[in-house]
Amino acid sequence: MIYSVSRDHARFKNIVKGRVKRDLKKYISNGDMIVKKGKEKVSIPMPQINIPRFKFGDAKSGVAQGEGEPGDEVGQGEPQSGNGEGQAGNQEGEHSLEIELSLDELAEILGEELELPNIEAKGKEVLEKEKDRYTGIAMQGPNSLINFRRSFKEALKRQISSGTYNPKDPIIAPIKRDFRYRSWKTHQEYEANAVIIYMMDVSGSMGDEQKEIVRTESFWIDTWLRSQYKGLDTRYVIHDTVAREVDEQTFYSTRESGGTLISSAYRSAQQIIEQNYSPEQWNIYLFHFSDGDNWSGEDTKLCFEIMKQQLFPNINLFCYGQVESRYGSGQFMKDLEEHFKNEEEFLIISKIENKDGIMDSIKTFLGKGK
Amino acid sequence: MILETDLSQDLAELQIEIEGYAKEYGLEFFSQIFEVLDYDSLNAVAAGGGFPKRYPHWRVGMSYDQLSKGYSWGVQKIYELVINTDPCYAYLMKSNAYIDQKLVMAHVYGHNDFFKNNYCFSKTNRKMLDQMANHASRIRHYMDRFDEDTVEEFVDCCLSIEDLIDPYSPFIATKEDDEEVDEFADSNFSPKNPPRLKVPRQYLDQYMNPKEYLDKQKQKVKEAQSRSNRFPENPGRDVMRFILENAPLETWQADVLSMVREEAYYFAPQRVTKIMNEGWASYWHSKILTEKALNPSEIVEFADRHAGVMVVQPGQLNPYKLGIELFRHIEDAWNKGRFGKEYEECQDMVGKRAWDKKLNKGREKIFEVRKFHNDVTFIDEFFTEDFCEDQRYYTYALNPRTNKYEIKTRDWREVKEEVLTSITNGGNPVIEVLDGNFHNRGELLLQHRYQGRELDLQYARFTLANLSRLWGRPANVATIVEGEKKVYCYKNGDFYEEKTGEKADKQTQKPESKGRSK
Repeated sequence: MIYSVSRDHARFKNIVKGRVKRDLKKYISNGDMIVKKGKEKVSIPMPQINIPRFKFGDAKSGVAQGEGEPGDEVGQGEPQSGNGEGQAGNQEGEHSLEIELSLDELAEILGEELELPNIEAKGKEVLEKEKDRYTGIAMQGPNSLINFRRSFKEALKRQISSGTYNPKDPIIAPIKRDFRYRSWKTHQEYEANAVIIYMMDVSGSMGDEQKEIVRTESFWIDTWLRSQYKGLDTRYVIHDTVAREVDEQTFYSTRESGGTLISSAYRSAQQIIEQNYSPEQWNIYLFHFSDGDNWSGEDTKLCFEIMKQQLFPNINLFCYGQVESRYGSGQFMKDLEEHFKNEEEFLIISKIENKDGIMDSIKTFLGKGK
Repeated sequence: MILETDLSQDLAELQIEIEGYAKEYGLEFFSQIFEVLDYDSLNAVAAGGGFPKRYPHWRVGMSYDQLSKGYSWGVQKIYELVINTDPCYAYLMKSNAYIDQKLVMAHVYGHNDFFKNNYCFSKTNRKMLDQMANHASRIRHYMDRFDEDTVEEFVDCCLSIEDLIDPYSPFIATKEDDEEVDEFADSNFSPKNPPRLKVPRQYLDQYMNPKEYLDKQKQKVKEAQSRSNRFPENPGRDVMRFILENAPLETWQADVLSMVREEAYYFAPQRVTKIMNEGWASYWHSKILTEKALNPSEIVEFADRHAGVMVVQPGQLNPYKLGIELFRHIEDAWNKGRFGKEYEECQDMVGKRAWDKKLNKGREKIFEVRKFHNDVTFIDEFFTEDFCEDQRYYTYALNPRTNKYEIKTRDWREVKEEVLTSITNGGNPVIEVLDGNFHNRGELLLQHRYQGRELDLQYARFTLANLSRLWGRPANVATIVEGEKKVYCYKNGDFYEEKTGEKADKQTQKPESKGRSK
């Protein structure tokens, strides 16, 4: 039983991926559109894909059966935007498709659309390892790889079609062109391990919108780095004037109030690295999101010192994302820029003004292939 | 055949039993083959419209995707799948309970009988399984030869107009068959030089071709030529055919288009008999099971399944329910003689309610109805006041003030009108080719035959885009929006409203009125 449906299905998924890619900005800006399903998959809502044809506009009436008097309500109308202008809203209102993509597919789309380079691991560690796997059949090959079953099958086919096969005396003798060989494909395996430490400022000035931006951005960063490394660890640190390590849930939901001492977070990150991740074996990424309002210049100086002395020698990349808050943008970003003018190798700074800025910010962070 | 799954012993016996009952009741059907499939294969086959071999296209993949998800989420599963072929193929889901298989089998015999006997299906290709497989291999061949994307994109364009066929054309002898060559349209003749009778001697000319005769001939030439200046000569609904014959298509493109068209014609009868077909099949599964095939222990399960099929959601019209009830209503009316002038004009309500002439013509009548009607004529003829009240039908409409759908009326004439509107032409707008040389620039002009419902312009835009890709020149559609005649044009990526000739003139005369007229 042969169904060609798998081909059609793959084709459909490709089209869907194309749509996701086209509308990637929309998906990235609206963090809540993408829902994680289990560990490996996400589900994405999308307007139904239709072949256009002539059809009627929305019917505002119809026939049904059952009890009730004229004037009784039988159903809710479509949510309306504005007054009467049905045309524009029509498309999106239709049953939407739920698209399931694996995180790898999503990362691939992200990589292609943002033109992200594959990551080069630091130091001598090899990021990818090539491995051969026997998967197919070839017409040519060394004798040691002859696939006897297939070869004899070919020989049998040839003999039957040329009439030299005698069922009573079933001798099958393969000739040269009957031989089939096992063939292999080279796969790349990712070896290196990586850890991301997310740090977020949860001081009073970071509102829900800012946290949403951070959440969305870290989802995409996570997705991309996960596709690049096997075995990615993530750690979360929140801080106001003191820092503490938390789990993912707390990381996004906590709201503290109070001041900001950024150095506390960096110190905490430093401790995590020291205790768990030896820099020789791990690729270490630090992401810090804040609105940039540090308590004092003293503390800023302390931050610089920790970064330079203790963090930079051990890590792949330090990304600082400054989220614009209600109170405007803080000073920390400028200070960083000035102080580390010549050390762009380790430090990437990006300013995220609003949700639409997330995509560019991701590109800034990951566009260097570190 | 293609699938060749074996029926298990119990199902094979069941088939023989059900087939026996069906014959007893007078159903007349093609020989019936059941295939038992697991859910995944069944989804795959259903995605291809019941045909295991369809040409490769992403749309099949999409519907497979949706079916699979619906199944795995437990919100839907395919109950019965049957195709109009001879022999007739139907699919059973392996995991279904025995009672389900029983019900599906009985239901399928109803469909099978309908396919064989309803006149709408009389011209369909009953060897469509082979033809579909044939199409598949031809399109796959083109994909190998050219390129997958190119071919698939072209198929998309063709599918965009697959509704634009003339569902009646299989029943009309085509032009080529019955029309003699129009000699007057020959370019050798002109009104000044009409065709003359051939004269054996020159001097006979004035007798054989007198002035009156020549004047008549001149008139005919004139008429013929003004006719052939129009293109097409008569507006037609088979847009696909018009494009096939007149668009500058490559050979492979023409072949693909003709295949899509052939499949569209094959499926067309099913769209115009949905209510009858499902009603008929449901009538028979219910009849066969309740009167013959059910064990007493199965009755509750059957009732549950049957109710599931007949369920009436608020605000929706269930074709199964409408069909079965209407057939039952007809049977009852013809059993008791509740039809005709005398019955309709009877004013005595008590007498009318007890009306029974013991005609017992019900069974005979419904067999006749299933032979000669389609959904539109079925509703038009038999949807009566009695029926509407019995079944508690109503029309609803959107109340713009509250944004809620509300019951509008129970008046049976309005209900009937609404049902008919929603099923006319399968619920799709009627579109015909008006002009293949619009503006004298070789543009395509289609006309929407307006019957009270407006076109969805978003969709129209993209459909025109695909049409213009097929036609090779801009495509236009004339329609009515908010009571005004309008022509919309798709040209090189732009979609805009064409200024009609009249209006354009007025505007050039007094440009200051432009603002107001908008």
